[in-house]
Amino acid sequence: MGRKNILSLLILAGVILALPLGLGNSYYLNVLVFVGIYSLITIGLSLLMGYTGQISLGHAAFFGIGAYTSGVLSTKFGVSPWLALLAAIFVTGGIAFLIAAPALKLKGHYLAMATLAFGYIVFIVFNQASSLTGGPSGFGQIPRFRLGNFLLRSDVHYYYLVWSLVIVVLWVSLNIIHSRVGRALRSIHEGELTANIMGVNTAKYKIQVFVLSAVYASLAGSLYAHFITFLNPTPFGFHFSIVLVAMVAVGGMASVWGAMIGAALLTILPEYLRAFHDYDILIYGSILLLIMMFLPKGLFAGILSLIKKER
Amino acid sequence: MSLADQLLQYLFTGITIGAIYGMVALGFNIIYSATGIINLAQGEFVMLGGMMMVYLTAIIKLPMVVSFFLSILIVTMIGAAFERAAIHPLKSPSVITLIIITVAASILFKGGAMFAWGKHTFSLPPFSGEKPISVLGATILPQTLWILGIMGATVALLIFFFGFTLTGKAMKACAANRTAASLVGINVKTMVLLSFALSAGIGATAGIIITPTALMNYDRGTMLAVKGFSVAVLGGLGSNVGAVVAGFIIGIMESLGAGFISSGYKDAIALVVLLLVLFIRPSGLLGSRERAEFKKF
Amino acid sequence: MDPILQIEKLKKKFGGVVAVDGVDFEVNSHQIKAIIGPNGAGKTTIFNLISRICPLTSGIIRFKQHKINELKPYVIAEKGISRTFQNVQVFENMSVLENVMIGRHCRTRSEIFAAIMNLKRTRAEEKRIHDYSLEMLSFVGLEAKKNEAASNLTFQQQKLLEFARALATEPDLLLLDEPAAGLSVPEADEMAQFVYRIREIGITILLVEHNMGLVMEVSDEVIVLDSGQVIAEGTPREVQNNEAVIAVYLGERETENANHTKS
Repeated sequence: MGRKNILSLLILAGVILALPLGLGNSYYLNVLVFVGIYSLITIGLSLLMGYTGQISLGHAAFFGIGAYTSGVLSTKFGVSPWLALLAAIFVTGGIAFLIAAPALKLKGHYLAMATLAFGYIVFIVFNQASSLTGGPSGFGQIPRFRLGNFLLRSDVHYYYLVWSLVIVVLWVSLNIIHSRVGRALRSIHEGELTANIMGVNTAKYKIQVFVLSAVYASLAGSLYAHFITFLNPTPFGFHFSIVLVAMVAVGGMASVWGAMIGAALLTILPEYLRAFHDYDILIYGSILLLIMMFLPKGLFAGILSLIKKER
Repeated sequence: MSLADQLLQYLFTGITIGAIYGMVALGFNIIYSATGIINLAQGEFVMLGGMMMVYLTAIIKLPMVVSFFLSILIVTMIGAAFERAAIHPLKSPSVITLIIITVAASILFKGGAMFAWGKHTFSLPPFSGEKPISVLGATILPQTLWILGIMGATVALLIFFFGFTLTGKAMKACAANRTAASLVGINVKTMVLLSFALSAGIGATAGIIITPTALMNYDRGTMLAVKGFSVAVLGGLGSNVGAVVAGFIIGIMESLGAGFISSGYKDAIALVVLLLVLFIRPSGLLGSRERAEFKKF
Repeated sequence: MDPILQIEKLKKKFGGVVAVDGVDFEVNSHQIKAIIGPNGAGKTTIFNLISRICPLTSGIIRFKQHKINELKPYVIAEKGISRTFQNVQVFENMSVLENVMIGRHCRTRSEIFAAIMNLKRTRAEEKRIHDYSLEMLSFVGLEAKKNEAASNLTFQQQKLLEFARALATEPDLLLLDEPAAGLSVPEADEMAQFVYRIREIGITILLVEHNMGLVMEVSDEVIVLDSGQVIAEGTPREVQNNEAVIAVYLGERETENANHTKS
């Protein structure tokens, strides 16, 4: 995957290890746990949107399916959280596969609306299937992860768990990007028909990336469920799907590093804007609009090109 | 109430809401036809229309008729401003960029409405009283007649505009072939602006006439946009007749579904229909299949 | 020897327009065959039907005696047909080398799992892809530009890049869509040389072209198309002297002068 990326991964690992020692304060670690969880989703979304050029306005649904599956299995059926997480991945991946095949035949706006509709349908199901999901008020008492006898309870534990997984997911994604498959993905974005004619099975790859991004989101969802220990449908609606897209667009669509930065920015920023709780949506909207108009490749790429110009 | 009466009642409800969906779909079609863009902020124009009307009548206390036209005018100008500020300056944007921009705009409109008017749900007095009219064993609200009437007038105006005025025909020309249109002297950029303004105006009209029965709050826009889009796709993107017909179809399906199956899931009906149409026959009922294949997205 | 490509009663309608109207012809292995004809005759449409960009209305296309009508475009590439495009379709934001490496995709096989695990055989395969692609670039003389973005190349260089990319798929049949279009006379001559060299490697070539000089120089056989139908077939010399062909070309020029409406 190239020396730069390996170095960056190592630096990231180092920073992650060291940070809690400096931060101490549980509040910051708590925020960082969420940054990590959201990064898992945005990394997958950036593969989908940035590399293959497909758009999803409904990814919060996969986040939710992962969370609810994990939550329901571990509370109602007494499944161990780790197994529940694994099962959730299969369920989410399966659902993603089912809608990917017909959906990815669509392009542009059609695909966007199909994903939007799918996301909304899932949200409605979360709200209506009360016997399973607890309806709008949701349910609680979701067990936490255990490592043997060790209960993963505090923010620090979770921080390490989540960020270790982020590093793994980054490593996996970078390997894919810098491979024959990654090249094929980019060719799909550059010219899907041409890539097809040149021998790339574009449908297969689009589906694979879609499912992969759903799997990442499911992983994030399970981590979320066993961290917060209660679930209701609110975080899994259209609003969050847009926040996810904003994170990817702002950070940089064709960059997994940018995706992480976008997740960080749009998670930490609202913390400072706590006073404007309801108006965060206005700020998201403005940021999104400005970035798409002036820096459509995202902040990461934008800053990189500014640096290149300085040289 | 007998089953037949119930059915009739659902039918009337369905037609009422279907008319609104149809109007939202018309808004989508106009912008799509002229520009190839799907304006995901369409639903917000509807919301803004209703909210503005409430504001003008209840707070500023203007007379209903004045408020009606003023609201439409204001939202039309908002639509035009949106086009000038966010669409016009773009240089060959990618599809993803356009989608995200219209989504961002819808967020801003929604946020602006929340900022200006809060999160409350608002209502308007019905245009001509609340006494339900008895029809064949079911009842119709007078407002429903207003809705159908105004929708009919809107459709008639659109038919006149596109069929008999030079500007309207110019817009149709843009829809058919932008390059050719600009080569014969049509100012395409103006047509784009006009299409946004017109869509906003129609959306606002829909918002105003539905508020007395269905109420309005800052959050309504998104669901209306998604359902309006479902209707537009079902009818065939770009087909105005299709939009009207599909609007009634989905409105009635929703009403029947809410009545007989479950009211909680009723919103999902339009969405499932959308998915089915997209997956099976994206050109919709009345759209041309070939045109759907060739449409640049 | 059996023909490598057989087109039987090929027909394509776009709505009311019949673009290809019952076309029959064959291409033999190692041949260089050209399709010529006035604009709108259906030449590029035939290519698009072979590559399966659009579905045919009726007829049969056989490649190495197997029917390929229903196959997806990427499968057709795997079977051994590759092509270039009239309006150059390089992958603009990818490097020159990467463009060619895409050509190797159908001849290699490391998939997602192998990529993630970064297996030894995957790395070895990647090296082979790299080396083979570099060879193709050398063949067209672009190896010095291998790390440039494809969008930075000149038009002629992009056409050569398309050659290299198509060659990387190891085709048995290469479809060249107006290789000389947009090129100056010396550039077109260079192109003709490349066409010869490709044949020397053993690849069969079917080309569509307007540049008569190029066609007459490199082709073994020529097919003349007009309004979706074959009106003549034979050696370049035979076709040049064919009355129907002359009428079509001269006639077209007259009509152009009169109406300016030939599409």
